[in-house]
Amino acid sequence: MAAVQDGQLNMEVEKDIKTEITNDGSGNINANSSSPGSTSSGGKSKSPAGSGEDQQTLLAVLQFLKRNKLTESVDILRREAGLSADADDSPVSDSAGAGSGGVPNVSADGGDANSLLSRVSIATPVAPPATAPPKVVAASGGEDQPDVNVVLSAYSQQGDPVLYPLYYNGLKKFIESVLDCHRAELSQVFYPLFVHMYLELVYNNHENEAKQFFEKFSGDQECYYEEDLRILSSMSKKEHMKGNETMLDFRTSKFVLRISRDSYQLLKRHLQERQNNQIWNIIQEHLYIDIFDGMPRSKSQIDAMSGSLAGEGKRDANKAKVFYGLLKEPEIEVPLDDEDEEAENEEGKPKKKKPKKDSMGSKSKKQDPNAPQQTRIPLPELKDSDKLDKIMNMKEATKKIRLGPDNLPSICFYSFLNAYQGLTAVDFTDDSSLIAGGFADSTVRVWSVTPKKLRRVKSAADLSNIDKESDDVLERIMDEKTASESKILYGHSGPVYGISFSPDRNYLLSSSEDGTVRLWSLQTFTCLVGYKGHNYPVWDTQFSPYGYYFISGGHDRVARLWATDHYQPLRMFAGHLADITCTLFHPNSNYVATGSADRTIRLWDVLTGNCVRILTGHKGPIHSLAFSPNGKFMASGATDGRVLLWDVGHGLMVGELKGHTDTIYALKFSRDGEILASGSMDNTVKLWDTLKAFDDVELDDFTAATGHIHLPENSQELLLGTYMTKSTPVIHLHFTRRNLLLAAGAYNP
Amino acid sequence: MAEERRPKQCTVVLPTESMKAMAESIGVGQLQEESCAALSEEVSYRIKDIAQDALKFMHHGKRCKLTTSDIDHALKLKNVEPLYGFQSQEFIPFRFASGGGRELHFYEEKEVDLSDIINTPLPRVPLDVSLKAPKEQQKTESTEPLKAVKPGQEEEGAIQKGQGATSAEAKGKKDGLMRMKPRSTHELSVEQQLYYKEITEACVGSCEAKRAEALQSIATDPGLYQMLPRFSTFISEGVRVNVVQNNLALLIYLMRMVKALMDNPTLYLEKYLHELIPAVVTCIVSKQLCLRPDVDNHWALRDFAARLMAQSCKTFSTTTNNIQSRITKTFTKSWLDDKTQWTTRYGCIAGLSELGPDVIKTLILPRLTVEGARIKAVSDGPVVSNIDKIGADHVQSLLLKHCASVIAKARPLPDNVEQYRADYGYLGPMLCSHVVKARAQAALQAQQVNRTTLTITQPRPTLTVSQSGIGGSGGSRTPSIIKVPSSLTLMSTRPGTPTQPSPPATKYIVMATSSGSSSTQQVITRTSSSVTSTVASATSTLQPLVKLESGGSGGLGGSRPLQKYIVVSLPSSSSLESKSGVLPPSSSASPILLEARIKVDCSDSPGASTQSPH
Repeated sequence: MAAVQDGQLNMEVEKDIKTEITNDGSGNINANSSSPGSTSSGGKSKSPAGSGEDQQTLLAVLQFLKRNKLTESVDILRREAGLSADADDSPVSDSAGAGSGGVPNVSADGGDANSLLSRVSIATPVAPPATAPPKVVAASGGEDQPDVNVVLSAYSQQGDPVLYPLYYNGLKKFIESVLDCHRAELSQVFYPLFVHMYLELVYNNHENEAKQFFEKFSGDQECYYEEDLRILSSMSKKEHMKGNETMLDFRTSKFVLRISRDSYQLLKRHLQERQNNQIWNIIQEHLYIDIFDGMPRSKSQIDAMSGSLAGEGKRDANKAKVFYGLLKEPEIEVPLDDEDEEAENEEGKPKKKKPKKDSMGSKSKKQDPNAPQQTRIPLPELKDSDKLDKIMNMKEATKKIRLGPDNLPSICFYSFLNAYQGLTAVDFTDDSSLIAGGFADSTVRVWSVTPKKLRRVKSAADLSNIDKESDDVLERIMDEKTASESKILYGHSGPVYGISFSPDRNYLLSSSEDGTVRLWSLQTFTCLVGYKGHNYPVWDTQFSPYGYYFISGGHDRVARLWATDHYQPLRMFAGHLADITCTLFHPNSNYVATGSADRTIRLWDVLTGNCVRILTGHKGPIHSLAFSPNGKFMASGATDGRVLLWDVGHGLMVGELKGHTDTIYALKFSRDGEILASGSMDNTVKLWDTLKAFDDVELDDFTAATGHIHLPENSQELLLGTYMTKSTPVIHLHFTRRNLLLAAGAYNP
Repeated sequence: MAEERRPKQCTVVLPTESMKAMAESIGVGQLQEESCAALSEEVSYRIKDIAQDALKFMHHGKRCKLTTSDIDHALKLKNVEPLYGFQSQEFIPFRFASGGGRELHFYEEKEVDLSDIINTPLPRVPLDVSLKAPKEQQKTESTEPLKAVKPGQEEEGAIQKGQGATSAEAKGKKDGLMRMKPRSTHELSVEQQLYYKEITEACVGSCEAKRAEALQSIATDPGLYQMLPRFSTFISEGVRVNVVQNNLALLIYLMRMVKALMDNPTLYLEKYLHELIPAVVTCIVSKQLCLRPDVDNHWALRDFAARLMAQSCKTFSTTTNNIQSRITKTFTKSWLDDKTQWTTRYGCIAGLSELGPDVIKTLILPRLTVEGARIKAVSDGPVVSNIDKIGADHVQSLLLKHCASVIAKARPLPDNVEQYRADYGYLGPMLCSHVVKARAQAALQAQQVNRTTLTITQPRPTLTVSQSGIGGSGGSRTPSIIKVPSSLTLMSTRPGTPTQPSPPATKYIVMATSSGSSSTQQVITRTSSSVTSTVASATSTLQPLVKLESGGSGGLGGSRPLQKYIVVSLPSSSSLESKSGVLPPSSSASPILLEARIKVDCSDSPGASTQSPH
């Protein structure tokens, strides 16, 4: 993807060069004819004798090797192929005015051939008239560290550290002087530039200059980058850069900016006029500028989307089609009849079919055009007990209260008392009969909130004694003596951060600081499997709505998809730049959403393992996610106290709900999706009118295509109610099947 | 805002001195300055790094407070062995030390004696986690169709209240589980506060007439029960302070307050005995109650308090609290001690005698011989000290007085002097004559010796409070005690209080008046040059009284100006001001407290006596 995009970009660049700079022969030659890369700064040496095609192939191989950090192989290949660096570098270095000495330079290997080209084509033209180029080239040749992390060495090029503030300041002045409509867009450049210039200074051991630079300009950055700046500020030595994850994030991923074509041209022209190579190099190497045609975006539009660790999501990252529709509900053969009676009857009694298919109109037999194929991913067969449960569910659904702005749900708060151990996670079963809590003392506790006590299956010795032929054998296998309202599950060796019931209430998943996910049986109340794969704390885990599959994500930045009967993951979703903090299955089980500390949300396709959505806009680590029941929308809550609403199909932000003052740990849509409940560390539950929120957004083709949405400032209108607890942070929310809202948290005296 | 803060972030590093100190602690003596700087930067970076990781654990632990375990986990992430043994429930402040031009912050680490830890009883097992949900909601969920609530103004309030109730219930449940009584506050109305203030002032003030009225009010008014905790605290604190200061007059006043409280038929003091009994017992047995034991009549106070003690024993002693037997034991124990001083000895005997003829018969009569010998030793032997002599005399007369009537009843008639001497030793002959007298009196139906009352021992120059033409009676007596604390009009009368004294020799000096604050300190001293007679010694020992009080009206007190000031702390009055008076914990431990107090009073007196010039 990146390659294609870069390609487009560079085509323009080359065009510009041709039109603007005609007096520089070598540059043009390089750009036009010998495009496969005789470069100085790139260090892609090649034999002048080689035919164009051969060189291209070689070059591609070299690039591949370099991208995979096989630097030794690169050297060998270069030697073998007779690509003497000295030979072919000399003409270019003449024009460039400095001897890079043919030292193979890995600095440019971040991109591919095209980007490489473009850099050369830009760098060379500006070389002659300025004094800057010698520095640039010298720098690029100066540091070659085959064994040091290649990633780091991208910073090896070096300008005069004293000039950095001047460069930055120059750009700042320029951007402040441009027209208002462009200023907001161009201001986006500040932060990544600042970061990379700072890192370059640090990398090249200009500690004091780096500090001064930081002090001088860190105040200019947007407030939502403060967290990252804090991390940056602690990094003042080259040694610190090794092993610092945040630093690697900045380096390995290009910071993505969306800038309109006009603004971009403006910026480019300025930089070229000033021969501001330092900045231009950074833009080329470390920034990904996503250029779009059309009106420049306003400041508020930009602010809404920015804030993530690596800039906005690329537009084409969200282009893939997402089947957000729901799967067809399976036909339940057991028909349901006489509705009046059924309330009295036990669920065990078979009934006739669908008295309520009307109420679930969306789930009618007709396949939703947006839904995935029923068999797109294999789903477990429905068992008899599942069918019974579905029938129960439908029955309950008939008694469901229709919620709305005039008809808000009652809230029932479950307070955990004496939770000195620290309550870290809570989950309810779908039928609200069980509550599970994960605690910092490594325990998992399960409570029954109905009068029915929790019973475990008798021990094997006792089981052999019972009459297997009797009708109530299922009752007999349960141990009445040890029945209790709550059970404790021991097994983890660290705080339990994530917990999830299986839809059939037979299993419970828990993820812990000890790096494992454990599957517990709620029949025997023992641990069945410990899934090992994450080596670091697992922050969250979640069962698929159809059971069998589950997702986990943690500090290692990889989300893993598991099936309960496999001890190794089925899919690994890699791409986040920081911890995965929360995970969630799409209601149709074909997609998985993950929220991360890099302040992005990604949606992954379970079938292919691809990332199909990158949603940016949060300004803090995301701690809660919720899909609307129809699968079309998603809500996310973060430490910044804001809830963002997303249109999954278009990959667009469609709403922003402001009101909370602390981290939002719980989000839930009501059963019909009219109300969104959010629970936060600030001891409140807030209810939001989501129907109105989704209605207020006008999605025309243009916005859908560009993703430049005007967010209505209507948080206060959408807020339906705020409910305070006395001193209990809200950790989990759950709508019962009848739309009663349950909340849970630990009383915190 | 951000601009101001961020530059700091960049520059914060550990001082190089810390590096040096740490290096020294592991035995590296001379560390180069550059090394220190390099190290400190490195360490600062690592610390910041770890702290940032620890924050993640805090967030995922759904807490707002970073704990040591978060840091342990963050270290674990980095494959660093976490630090063990750094868990502490309490906040451990850094201690600071400087010296030799260096400044250090360190933990104070106490040496722990393992045997202490082993021997301490195990703490209570913490309560297990429990789940709590409002009952009615559960019902709603399980049986009834759901009732949706519209959050209009009222409904929203209701819901919020409901939620509040959840937490409140939660709290209640917790408290219940800890078996703690709910703490109830007994607030006093403004009128009651004023009444309390007036009464206590009058009771310890210098105006005898007002005191009489105040005591009368305490003894008769119904509805004082709300103020009872304050009164009892007032008395016990007052005794505690004044015993140390040897302020006989105030002790007497306080005892009279006790008497008045006991006399009030509407008050039941049992709940406050843990405060009152130690105070009373202190007044009976304390080694020294006045500044000049040879002159002042502290014996009367002991008698009076002993009678109070006997009265309360009679009223409140039950089989469960065993007040009488415990009191008896206490008295007997210190009486039997040879080293006990005469004053305490007198108190013990008085206390025992007042408990009735049975106690005298069983406890005192058998010891008459021993006691007689002791008295004889003092009176016949070389004159050691006047005080001992006086003490012995008093003990002797006390024994004679009490024992005579008992013996008269118990002993068959022929009163033979020799027989008495044989039976009772040194005191025998005197007893004999007393018994004879007693029999004669008994014959005359005059049952008891006319007891000296306190008022006799306290002849005071009455500060004639001639408040401009006020008659004598009823509610028209403005500056006096307001009997029914009902109206705010008494505010108007208050300013009159400090200006009452009319005798020309009396001078009131207001030492400090801080107008801004609610508590005004007024020291009112009276030159008592006119009061010189020894008879009035009790009065002249009156200490100036410094009081902290809420209103503008001053505390009254008269005294010689040279004496030192004592501060009568009125804890209850301060709690009155804040209107959040809290019932003192009526603990079941009061008997222990009582005994301990008595012991203290008996044994601490030498220390107190060394303070006094006599």
